[in-house]
Amino acid sequence: MSDTEFEGIVASPWSGGASPFAINSKKLGMWLFIISDSLTFSALLISYAYVRLETPNWPRPFEIWPAIAKSSLMTFVLLSSSLTMVLGVNAAFNGDRKKTVRYLIATIVCGIAFVAIHATEWVTLLGEKVTPWSNPFNPAAPLFGGTFFGLTGLHMLHVTIGVVYLAIIAWGFGKGKYTAEHVEVSGLYWHFVDLVWMFIFPMVYLLSVNPK
Amino acid sequence: MSAHGHSAELTHEHAVGTTKLFATVWVWLLLLTIVEVYLAYLRLPVPIMITILVGLSLIKAALIISYFMHMRFERLGLFLLLIPAMVFCICMMLLMFFPDSIRLMQLRPH
Repeated sequence: MSDTEFEGIVASPWSGGASPFAINSKKLGMWLFIISDSLTFSALLISYAYVRLETPNWPRPFEIWPAIAKSSLMTFVLLSSSLTMVLGVNAAFNGDRKKTVRYLIATIVCGIAFVAIHATEWVTLLGEKVTPWSNPFNPAAPLFGGTFFGLTGLHMLHVTIGVVYLAIIAWGFGKGKYTAEHVEVSGLYWHFVDLVWMFIFPMVYLLSVNPK
Repeated sequence: MSAHGHSAELTHEHAVGTTKLFATVWVWLLLLTIVEVYLAYLRLPVPIMITILVGLSLIKAALIISYFMHMRFERLGLFLLLIPAMVFCICMMLLMFFPDSIRLMQLRPH
């Protein structure tokens, strides 16, 4: 059987000969993970909305300065890291290894900055005696801390894992061990972490601005 | 890289989008964020805030998925595989939780 004949038989996605989505399996795997992870975050956000709706006098402790200013800066840092990430993916496909690693390092630095600013925010709240099981603003709504630390904590964990993941990819891609596809798939994960913050920031912070 | 050449026809292994396009998307995302923060600064009533914020966040999510996550440059089949199922699952969660939380809200003493 000649090569062209063989291709003609298996080319149709319906016969199982070609990828119906025209992407590699790593990318499809990451997309499926992202969808399942987005449902985890949706469940957390919806349960937060649930307890907030049913609890009278849900606390709204965040002042414009410093809490909202800080979280806005965090949003800016994370959005910028997404831009450097996507430019890094483009550089990887163009075969520019040095530029890719530089963009990935910029992304990692933004990720670390995000976690660092967020940590100071946590320390402030813990200093005000807000913990996952107690709430000094309104003792009748102890779940305030639980939902806040649960949501932001899981997101922070994702950012931390993302920083480690990107560091491994940057190291491996710089050494020529990984291909541009690896960079693109790690980019998908990083953009997803950014996307989740685009919901946590308005829902957790902007809806809890002190009304006074 | 001869084995690679074949799969390059099946998967697009080249850069998609330009620096200018991605920078434009980034500027739009920043502008929408500034609008959100400004609305919080105005301290609008919570129901209005939720509606606007969720709307703007959905636009931002769509921008990130389409451009940064390259969904716009993929086949329609991938979008159809992933997004409708996710939206359906989220709607199911909303359908289960919200009628009950609103019932509890109306039950509580005023």
